[in-house]
Amino acid sequence: MIEFARTVRLWFEPQEIREEGSTPDYRFSLANERTFLAWLRTALALIGGGFAVDQFLPDLRWAWRVGLALALLGAGVLCSLRAVNHWMRCEQAMRRGEDLPVSRFPAMLSVVVAVVAVAMVVVVLVGWEG
Amino acid sequence: MNAPADRERDPGLQPERTRLAWRRTTLASTVAAVLAVKTALHGGVSATGVVACALCCAFWLGFLFVAHRRIHDLTVTTGPRALAPRHATAAVLCTVAVAACGAALVL
Repeated sequence: MIEFARTVRLWFEPQEIREEGSTPDYRFSLANERTFLAWLRTALALIGGGFAVDQFLPDLRWAWRVGLALALLGAGVLCSLRAVNHWMRCEQAMRRGEDLPVSRFPAMLSVVVAVVAVAMVVVVLVGWEG
Repeated sequence: MNAPADRERDPGLQPERTRLAWRRTTLASTVAAVLAVKTALHGGVSATGVVACALCCAFWLGFLFVAHRRIHDLTVTTGPRALAPRHATAAVLCTVAVAACGAALVL
Protein backbone atom coordinates (compact mmCIF):
# COMPACT_ATOMS: atom_id res chain seq x y z
CA MET A 1 0.00 0.00 0.00
CA ILE A 2 2.86 2.39 0.86
CA GLU A 3 4.55 1.29 -2.37
CA PHE A 4 1.36 2.10 -4.26
CA ALA A 5 1.11 5.57 -2.71
CA ARG A 6 4.75 6.22 -3.60
CA THR A 7 4.06 5.16 -7.19
CA VAL A 8 1.02 7.41 -7.49
CA ARG A 9 3.02 10.34 -6.10
CA LEU A 10 5.67 9.78 -8.77
CA TRP A 11 3.01 10.15 -11.48
CA PHE A 12 2.66 13.80 -10.45
CA GLU A 13 6.27 14.58 -9.44
CA PRO A 14 8.52 14.78 -12.48
CA GLN A 15 11.47 16.14 -10.50
CA GLU A 16 11.85 12.96 -8.46
CA ILE A 17 12.32 10.88 -11.57
CA ARG A 18 14.86 13.33 -12.97
CA GLU A 19 16.95 13.10 -9.81
CA GLU A 20 17.73 9.42 -10.35
CA GLY A 21 20.37 8.02 -12.67
CA SER A 22 21.27 9.74 -15.95
CA THR A 23 19.14 11.08 -18.77
CA PRO A 24 18.85 8.47 -21.56
CA ASP A 25 19.10 9.32 -25.26
CA TYR A 26 15.96 11.36 -26.00
CA ARG A 27 15.02 8.91 -28.77
CA PHE A 28 14.53 6.13 -26.23
CA SER A 29 12.30 8.41 -24.16
CA LEU A 30 10.27 9.28 -27.24
CA ALA A 31 9.90 5.59 -28.14
CA ASN A 32 8.67 4.96 -24.60
CA GLU A 33 6.23 7.85 -24.99
CA ARG A 34 4.85 6.38 -28.23
CA THR A 35 4.33 3.03 -26.53
CA PHE A 36 2.43 4.84 -23.79
CA LEU A 37 0.29 6.58 -26.41
CA ALA A 38 -0.40 3.28 -28.17
CA TRP A 39 -1.68 1.83 -24.88
CA LEU A 40 -3.75 4.96 -24.32
CA ARG A 41 -5.35 4.49 -27.75
CA THR A 42 -6.09 0.88 -26.82
CA ALA A 43 -7.78 2.15 -23.67
CA LEU A 44 -9.77 4.72 -25.68
CA ALA A 45 -10.82 2.00 -28.12
CA LEU A 46 -12.07 -0.14 -25.23
CA ILE A 47 -14.01 2.82 -23.83
CA GLY A 48 -15.45 3.56 -27.26
CA GLY A 49 -16.40 -0.12 -27.50
CA GLY A 50 -18.25 0.18 -24.20
CA PHE A 51 -20.29 3.10 -25.56
CA ALA A 52 -20.87 1.22 -28.82
CA VAL A 53 -22.21 -1.87 -27.03
CA ASP A 54 -24.65 0.33 -25.14
CA GLN A 55 -25.75 2.21 -28.25
CA PHE A 56 -25.74 -0.30 -31.06
CA LEU A 57 -27.10 -3.44 -29.39
CA PRO A 58 -30.44 -2.11 -28.12
CA ASP A 59 -32.24 -5.42 -28.54
CA LEU A 60 -30.18 -7.11 -25.84
CA ARG A 61 -31.53 -7.66 -22.36
CA TRP A 62 -30.65 -4.75 -20.04
CA ALA A 63 -28.39 -6.78 -17.76
CA TRP A 64 -26.26 -8.16 -20.59
CA ARG A 65 -25.98 -4.84 -22.34
CA VAL A 66 -24.99 -2.90 -19.24
CA GLY A 67 -22.72 -5.69 -18.03
CA LEU A 68 -20.77 -5.82 -21.28
CA ALA A 69 -20.59 -2.04 -21.55
CA LEU A 70 -19.33 -1.70 -17.98
CA ALA A 71 -16.79 -4.50 -18.49
CA LEU A 72 -15.37 -2.70 -21.54
CA LEU A 73 -15.34 0.67 -19.78
CA GLY A 74 -13.61 -0.91 -16.77
CA ALA A 75 -11.03 -2.55 -19.03
CA GLY A 76 -10.39 0.85 -20.61
CA VAL A 77 -9.81 2.46 -17.22
CA LEU A 78 -7.43 -0.32 -16.13
CA CYS A 79 -5.59 -0.13 -19.43
CA SER A 80 -5.04 3.62 -19.22
CA LEU A 81 -3.88 3.54 -15.58
CA ARG A 82 -1.53 0.72 -16.37
CA ALA A 83 -0.26 2.67 -19.40
CA VAL A 84 0.97 5.58 -17.29
CA ASN A 85 2.37 3.27 -14.61
CA HIS A 86 4.31 1.16 -17.10
CA TRP A 87 5.57 4.25 -18.92
CA MET A 88 6.94 5.59 -15.65
CA ARG A 89 8.58 2.30 -14.69
CA CYS A 90 10.25 2.08 -18.11
CA GLU A 91 11.44 5.67 -17.78
CA GLN A 92 12.94 4.93 -14.35
CA ALA A 93 14.56 1.72 -15.56
CA MET A 94 16.17 3.57 -18.47
CA ARG A 95 17.52 6.25 -16.16
CA ARG A 96 19.01 3.66 -13.82
CA GLY A 97 20.33 1.53 -16.70
CA GLU A 98 18.33 -1.49 -15.58
CA ASP A 99 16.40 -4.00 -17.70
CA LEU A 100 12.97 -2.80 -18.75
CA PRO A 101 10.17 -4.12 -16.54
CA VAL A 102 8.33 -7.21 -17.72
CA SER A 103 4.56 -7.40 -17.47
CA ARG A 104 1.83 -9.97 -17.84
CA PHE A 105 -0.74 -7.27 -18.57
CA PRO A 106 -0.72 -7.70 -22.40
CA ALA A 107 -1.50 -11.41 -22.03
CA MET A 108 -4.25 -10.69 -19.49
CA LEU A 109 -5.77 -8.02 -21.72
CA SER A 110 -5.84 -10.30 -24.73
CA VAL A 111 -7.55 -13.03 -22.67
CA VAL A 112 -10.15 -10.51 -21.45
CA VAL A 113 -10.76 -9.20 -24.99
CA ALA A 114 -11.14 -12.76 -26.27
CA VAL A 115 -13.62 -13.61 -23.49
CA VAL A 116 -15.64 -10.44 -24.16
CA ALA A 117 -15.66 -11.19 -27.90
CA VAL A 118 -16.95 -14.74 -27.32
CA ALA A 119 -19.56 -13.41 -24.89
CA MET A 120 -20.68 -10.90 -27.53
CA VAL A 121 -21.06 -13.62 -30.15
CA VAL A 122 -23.09 -15.79 -27.76
CA VAL A 123 -25.21 -12.89 -26.56
CA VAL A 124 -25.93 -11.62 -30.05
CA LEU A 125 -26.90 -15.11 -31.29
CA VAL A 126 -29.11 -15.82 -28.27
CA GLY A 127 -30.51 -12.30 -28.19
CA TRP A 128 -31.50 -12.50 -31.84
CA GLU A 129 -33.57 -15.62 -31.23
CA GLY A 130 -35.13 -14.49 -27.95
CA MET B 1 6.32 21.41 -40.48
CA ASN B 2 7.91 24.62 -39.21
CA ALA B 3 11.00 23.11 -37.60
CA PRO B 4 14.02 25.37 -37.27
CA ALA B 5 16.28 25.07 -40.31
CA ASP B 6 19.54 24.84 -38.36
CA ARG B 7 18.37 21.83 -36.41
CA GLU B 8 20.21 18.60 -37.05
CA ARG B 9 17.81 16.20 -38.68
CA ASP B 10 17.18 12.94 -36.85
CA PRO B 11 17.24 10.20 -39.52
CA GLY B 12 14.76 8.15 -37.46
CA LEU B 13 12.28 11.09 -37.42
CA GLN B 14 11.57 10.31 -33.77
CA PRO B 15 9.96 13.66 -32.81
CA GLU B 16 7.76 13.56 -35.92
CA ARG B 17 6.62 10.03 -35.19
CA THR B 18 5.87 10.95 -31.60
CA ARG B 19 3.93 13.99 -32.76
CA LEU B 20 1.85 11.87 -35.11
CA ALA B 21 1.26 9.36 -32.32
CA TRP B 22 -0.23 12.21 -30.25
CA ARG B 23 -2.38 13.19 -33.25
CA ARG B 24 -3.70 9.64 -33.60
CA THR B 25 -4.45 9.57 -29.91
CA THR B 26 -6.44 12.82 -30.10
CA LEU B 27 -8.43 11.28 -32.96
CA ALA B 28 -9.17 8.19 -30.85
CA SER B 29 -10.25 10.41 -27.96
CA THR B 30 -12.50 12.37 -30.33
CA VAL B 31 -14.22 9.15 -31.42
CA ALA B 32 -14.73 8.15 -27.78
CA ALA B 33 -16.11 11.62 -26.96
CA VAL B 34 -18.52 11.56 -29.92
CA LEU B 35 -19.82 8.14 -28.86
CA ALA B 36 -20.18 9.45 -25.30
CA VAL B 37 -22.22 12.45 -26.50
CA LYS B 38 -24.39 10.16 -28.60
CA THR B 39 -25.04 7.97 -25.55
CA ALA B 40 -25.80 11.01 -23.41
CA LEU B 41 -28.33 12.47 -25.83
CA HIS B 42 -29.91 9.16 -26.75
CA GLY B 43 -33.52 8.80 -25.67
CA GLY B 44 -34.33 12.40 -24.83
CA VAL B 45 -32.61 15.12 -22.83
CA SER B 46 -32.27 14.52 -19.10
CA ALA B 47 -30.36 16.40 -16.40
CA THR B 48 -27.88 13.54 -15.93
CA GLY B 49 -27.40 13.28 -19.67
CA VAL B 50 -26.63 16.96 -20.11
CA VAL B 51 -24.21 17.06 -17.15
CA ALA B 52 -22.38 13.93 -18.31
CA CYS B 53 -22.27 15.27 -21.86
CA ALA B 54 -20.76 18.56 -20.68
CA LEU B 55 -18.20 16.72 -18.53
CA CYS B 56 -17.18 14.47 -21.43
CA CYS B 57 -16.69 17.51 -23.67
CA ALA B 58 -14.66 19.24 -20.94
CA PHE B 59 -12.37 16.23 -20.47
CA TRP B 60 -12.02 15.88 -24.22
CA LEU B 61 -10.91 19.53 -24.38
CA GLY B 62 -8.51 18.86 -21.51
CA PHE B 63 -6.99 16.00 -23.43
CA LEU B 64 -6.68 18.15 -26.56
CA PHE B 65 -4.94 20.81 -24.50
CA VAL B 66 -2.36 18.35 -23.12
CA ALA B 67 -1.76 16.94 -26.60
CA HIS B 68 -1.44 20.42 -28.07
CA ARG B 69 1.17 21.41 -25.47
CA ARG B 70 3.20 18.29 -26.12
CA ILE B 71 2.97 18.61 -29.93
CA HIS B 72 4.12 22.21 -29.58
CA ASP B 73 7.09 21.14 -27.43
CA LEU B 74 8.06 18.46 -29.94
CA THR B 75 7.85 20.92 -32.82
CA VAL B 76 9.86 23.85 -31.51
CA THR B 77 12.60 22.40 -29.32
CA THR B 78 15.83 20.83 -30.48
CA GLY B 79 16.44 17.48 -28.81
CA PRO B 80 13.03 17.50 -27.14
CA ARG B 81 12.74 16.77 -23.44
CA ALA B 82 11.04 13.61 -22.25
CA LEU B 83 7.33 13.72 -21.55
CA ALA B 84 6.62 15.08 -18.06
CA PRO B 85 4.85 12.59 -15.78
CA ARG B 86 2.35 15.31 -14.93
CA HIS B 87 1.24 15.54 -18.56
CA ALA B 88 1.05 11.76 -18.93
CA THR B 89 -1.06 11.56 -15.80
CA ALA B 90 -3.30 14.39 -16.97
CA ALA B 91 -3.93 12.64 -20.29
CA VAL B 92 -4.73 9.38 -18.49
CA LEU B 93 -7.02 11.09 -15.98
CA CYS B 94 -9.02 12.68 -18.83
CA THR B 95 -9.45 9.22 -20.35
CA VAL B 96 -10.50 7.69 -17.02
CA ALA B 97 -12.95 10.53 -16.40
CA VAL B 98 -14.64 9.99 -19.78
CA ALA B 99 -14.99 6.29 -18.89
CA ALA B 100 -16.48 7.22 -15.51
CA CYS B 101 -19.03 9.50 -17.21
CA GLY B 102 -19.77 6.61 -19.55
CA ALA B 103 -20.42 4.26 -16.65
CA ALA B 104 -22.80 6.83 -15.13
CA LEU B 105 -24.62 7.17 -18.47
CA VAL B 106 -24.91 3.45 -19.14
CA LEU B 107 -26.38 2.65 -15.71
